[in-house]
Amino acid sequence: MAAELHVELVAADRSVWSGAATLVIARTTSGDIGVMPGHQPLLGVLESGPVTIRSVDGGTVVTAVHGGFISFSDDKLSLLAEVAELSDEIDVKRAERALERAKSEADAAAERRADVRLRAVAGAH
Amino acid sequence: MGAQLRVYKRRIKSVSATKKITRAMEMIAASRVVKAQRQVAASTPYATELTRAVGAVAKGSTTQHALTTESDNPTRAAVLLITSDRGLAGGYSSNVIKAAEELTGRLTREGKEVDAYIVGRKGVAYYAFRERKVTESWGGFTDNPTYADAKKIAGPLIEAVLKDTAEGGVDELHIVFTEFVSMLTQTPVKDRLLPLSLEETAEKQERKGEILPLFDFEPSSEDVLDALLPRYVEARIYNALLQAAASKHAATRRAMKSATDNAEELIKSLTRLANAARQADITQEISEIVGGASALADASAGSD
Repeated sequence: MAAELHVELVAADRSVWSGAATLVIARTTSGDIGVMPGHQPLLGVLESGPVTIRSVDGGTVVTAVHGGFISFSDDKLSLLAEVAELSDEIDVKRAERALERAKSEADAAAERRADVRLRAVAGAH
Repeated sequence: MGAQLRVYKRRIKSVSATKKITRAMEMIAASRVVKAQRQVAASTPYATELTRAVGAVAKGSTTQHALTTESDNPTRAAVLLITSDRGLAGGYSSNVIKAAEELTGRLTREGKEVDAYIVGRKGVAYYAFRERKVTESWGGFTDNPTYADAKKIAGPLIEAVLKDTAEGGVDELHIVFTEFVSMLTQTPVKDRLLPLSLEETAEKQERKGEILPLFDFEPSSEDVLDALLPRYVEARIYNALLQAAASKHAATRRAMKSATDNAEELIKSLTRLANAARQADITQEISEIVGGASALADASAGSD
């Protein structure tokens, strides 16, 4: 069997990304986890954080994911996120402004969201 | 022009204006149905994956959770009723309200107290008119619901289920909404959302011929279930909201189509009446002229 896994990244209201990949790195509540083809069946809770997908053509897709789940079985990986944004969908200036505002208002949740977005753009992994 | 004819002309004009409006509303609703259907389709992958995950947890562990345990003696139930904000949709709102009434009646007969949670101004107005107590209500987004709206609704409901019954919590959560079956058929459905029967979810999946592997849970099956169930409820409510919105638009389209057809019919019969009145006018005028002429002829013949 070819060493690739089928990734399905879905947000609550749309399908964000789907395709074949060789490696997926995501942040679960107990730490970062990298999933490669042939991994044991897994079901985990995701933290807000960037998710990196190495697609088979050598490209890297980074998305900002805010809460959700990762589930893997039979070389099929599903990432379920309440909100997910591809890094090239993210408006950097807006995220920076949001970060500033969140810091000044001491809004921890908003600050983390903005931070995750910025890190996803920077390509965290 | 005769008085009768003028009255008909005026009515034809006003009905034509109404027809133009209903035709426009029909078109708008038709385009919105398509959009709403697309939204339902877009939210399906998330719901399917989530259901699969819940099934996996159900099979892979014997975890008990507050949202999945049946109460031995359920005494209170919450009913979430999804109606629309606006009317002009035929029997849409009254049908779904009727379904909710049936459910409420059944629950009451079973000796359960019913807390009403209502989405949409139509439902709120129905309850307010009858001076019934509404625990919580939402409105303003029924035409175009977002996931954030579903979250807003799910929050207090999950809280109520988790609370002890003695402290005002509920043992069961039912949802009543209109299912979008097709463009022509929308049926009100009553569904019990919580407590969720994990065995049933797992069974349903097995029937679909899907064998679920034994999963590794990260961090633990309890934590996964803890995080999964509220999301599952949110996704179910989101799906119900979307289906209700699609149904509402389809109902509006149908109601407006029959209104347009009725207006057309009315215009046709009014035109016939107007034509008859015009003919009668003309006939009368001719007979007056002929009568006048012959009277003149008679008069001049007599003077000779």
